[in-house]
Amino acid sequence: MTSKKFNLTDFLINNGIIIVLVILAFATGILQPTFFSMGNATNIAMNVAPRFIIACGVSGCLITKGTDLSAGRMVGLAACLAGTLLQKPDYSGKFYADLPDFGGMWGLWVLAVLGICILVCCVFGFINGIVISYLQVPAFIGTLGMQLIVYGVCLVYTNATPIGGYHNMYTGVAKGKFLGIIPYLFLIAIAVGLFMWFLYNMTPHGKYMYAIGGNEQSAEVSGVNTKRTKIIIYMTAAAMYALGGFLVGAKSGGSSVNMGQGWELEAIAACTIGGVSVNGGIGRISGVFIGVLVFEILKTCLQYLGVDTNYQYIAQGIVIVVAIALDIRKYIAKK
Amino acid sequence: MAEQYRLEMKGIKKTFPGVKALDGVNLRVRPGTVHALMGENGAGKSTLMKCLFGIYKMDEGEVYIDGVKTEIANPDDALHKGLAMVHQELQPIPARSIAENMYLGRYPLKKYGPFKVVDHAKMYSEAEKWLKDVKMTFNPRAQLGTLSIGQMQSVEIAKAVSQSANLVILDEPTSSLTDNEVEALFRIIRDLKSRGVSMIYISHKMAEIRQISDDITIMRDGTYVGTWEMGDISDDEIVRQMVGRELTNVYPPKDDYRTEETVLKVSHLSSIHKNSFQDCSFELKRGEILGFGGLVGAQRTELMEAIFGMRHIESGEVEVLGQPVHIKAPQDAIASSVGMITEDRRGNGIFGCLSIDDNTAIASYKNYTHMGKISKGEVDKVVKESIAKLKIKTPSGKTLIQSLSGGNQQKVIIARWLANNPDILIMDEPTRGIDVGAKYEIYQIMIELVKQGKSIIMISSEMPELIGMSNRILVMCSGHITGEVEGEDATQEKIMAFATKFDLSGSAVNESTGEV
Repeated sequence: MTSKKFNLTDFLINNGIIIVLVILAFATGILQPTFFSMGNATNIAMNVAPRFIIACGVSGCLITKGTDLSAGRMVGLAACLAGTLLQKPDYSGKFYADLPDFGGMWGLWVLAVLGICILVCCVFGFINGIVISYLQVPAFIGTLGMQLIVYGVCLVYTNATPIGGYHNMYTGVAKGKFLGIIPYLFLIAIAVGLFMWFLYNMTPHGKYMYAIGGNEQSAEVSGVNTKRTKIIIYMTAAAMYALGGFLVGAKSGGSSVNMGQGWELEAIAACTIGGVSVNGGIGRISGVFIGVLVFEILKTCLQYLGVDTNYQYIAQGIVIVVAIALDIRKYIAKK
Repeated sequence: MAEQYRLEMKGIKKTFPGVKALDGVNLRVRPGTVHALMGENGAGKSTLMKCLFGIYKMDEGEVYIDGVKTEIANPDDALHKGLAMVHQELQPIPARSIAENMYLGRYPLKKYGPFKVVDHAKMYSEAEKWLKDVKMTFNPRAQLGTLSIGQMQSVEIAKAVSQSANLVILDEPTSSLTDNEVEALFRIIRDLKSRGVSMIYISHKMAEIRQISDDITIMRDGTYVGTWEMGDISDDEIVRQMVGRELTNVYPPKDDYRTEETVLKVSHLSSIHKNSFQDCSFELKRGEILGFGGLVGAQRTELMEAIFGMRHIESGEVEVLGQPVHIKAPQDAIASSVGMITEDRRGNGIFGCLSIDDNTAIASYKNYTHMGKISKGEVDKVVKESIAKLKIKTPSGKTLIQSLSGGNQQKVIIARWLANNPDILIMDEPTRGIDVGAKYEIYQIMIELVKQGKSIIMISSEMPELIGMSNRILVMCSGHITGEVEGEDATQEKIMAFATKFDLSGSAVNESTGEV
């Protein structure tokens, strides 16, 4: 066992990014007192929720040494799919002119549409899993192809037209608050977090996932059905993107084919910042949550400080590279 | 002999932590001869060569090249001094051309304005010349990957010659060659010999050694046994000199727990690869420890991995507990009550970044899962029991397995399989890289298991272990089962004789086919 003695250098390396961001947040709070307001907290929470759900999906792929570059496009597809099926009956530019008015059944229909979104994305997730486990295409390439395919499907489906005029039962999912205080969105994210935590820590599937990431050959020898496990991981991930996309659509009240573009990279970055090792086998849901939160706070801080949007990208990029460099350092130190 | 030696190594000593790998080894190679270097697995042949090439630093000893005392700092330095090595496992870059592989790291350069660029024309013409020199007519622009292993080896030799090496070391050069390729290789060797190049030829194949070598040096357990001219020593004598040591290891006392019940029956199992195991048949009785002996490369591991569903088979049947089974993946084998402890503990045994808990329970999580949820209590109980029963030295089950010693890691892997309560346990080199104390404990565990009516197949390259532990020993050579020895009658000489039963073409002579 390594000694439990506190080592400042190790502590700084292990938590460097988080420490820097806490400092940044306080600095922002001092310069812009509104940063520490209930309104801003809600705003951050609302932004964190869907991203956290998506990052939860990607985390499984990362833990098994894979990745999923089709995440963002699946988010977009789910958002568009939900949008086209949940427009107000009296909206003039309806995608399906014949979409019936569900009257008192709108609540159920919203749920049904969520189911449809998850189902459709799971089909793509299943294909991802098959390509990666049976055809043994590297995850990076396989999901890169899927990214293009899903984008294409979305373009064909929507004909590249923006979608709006949502029924308020749908937008209410995002805008509503439990007891008027806690946004539903936040509650859903917490529920997803708990579910994923359970899946990762309490089920054989979770154990197999960590085992595959730790040493795929050992897992195979130990009788783990690695192929099936990976397919389930990519399908679960796709379901998360569908849920995320569904919620993002509700939150923004409209969607287009460009929704979710590049979100997979943000999600991967957030996972890495939260301690999901790019070398596989290591990662916790709590870490994913911290990673997403840190990334979102970074963005908000930069906005509050009035940094030009263009520069914000540069700052985000630097954070990603530094975070991964630090992650690798942890790995090297172990040898 | 007042003759001047091409290479003389005197009193080489090398100690690794806890192991005396080389203890006063001598080697004298005459100019223009092929010098065979023989010894069992682990006798120290490779270590000696690594010391010669400066890959390991020797603790004591002197090296003379052409009578001049030399110190060799690293493989590059060795090259400059005229020493080249053709490795057992070639390390080429298959996607690049033959010439590029030959000139890797020493590309001919030419000036191109202010820059120095690779002189491709020169590289290709030179490469072609050297290839012709060893009677190889490949296009040096061809991708190396398109050649066969034997041809690649010839390229390696051409490379050595092009570096004007006058001592070439061939480490098991024929282990993956076909008959024709072996003939071609021997032609090259004879040609080099006639030009005064000396060669050290490391091999286990007696017939080849007989055919090609002039002198032979035998090593045993890191010590120097002696040097003979080939004409002065018989095959039997060579085997005797290689294995002639006292049984120093101590094994727990064992009784014969064998019963009449056959738990595993393998009939005519053949690999899809021609040079892997072929037509292997054997039976395993309940309560038996069945040893598998043979040299490295005899395909014992491959045979076991095929039985366990990790490799494809061309033909043959497997019966477990009297039932024919079709094992396509390890999970099928596990379902058929077979467990396997693999040879490469780090590569496909442990999960370094996971805890002992997870490492123990990974193959049996199904047993502790209720309504989709793993019962941590049950896992804890199983792990605690195995830690106590197998005497695993660890602070707790939460400890990462990578912080344990090799012996304790091995015990965790044994615990992993015992958690599934298999009837048959395959153990591939179960005590490799484990200290003596832990070895004894693992032997005790094995005996305890057969006492409980389980059956064990043990592959081991350590002959005393094989003889000390097995009720019965099957010996493999070149993918065939070439002999069977009862535990009581087993001697190292008998096993070695079966293990080196190659015919001249390099494949094994199979005497006991159909006998099982």
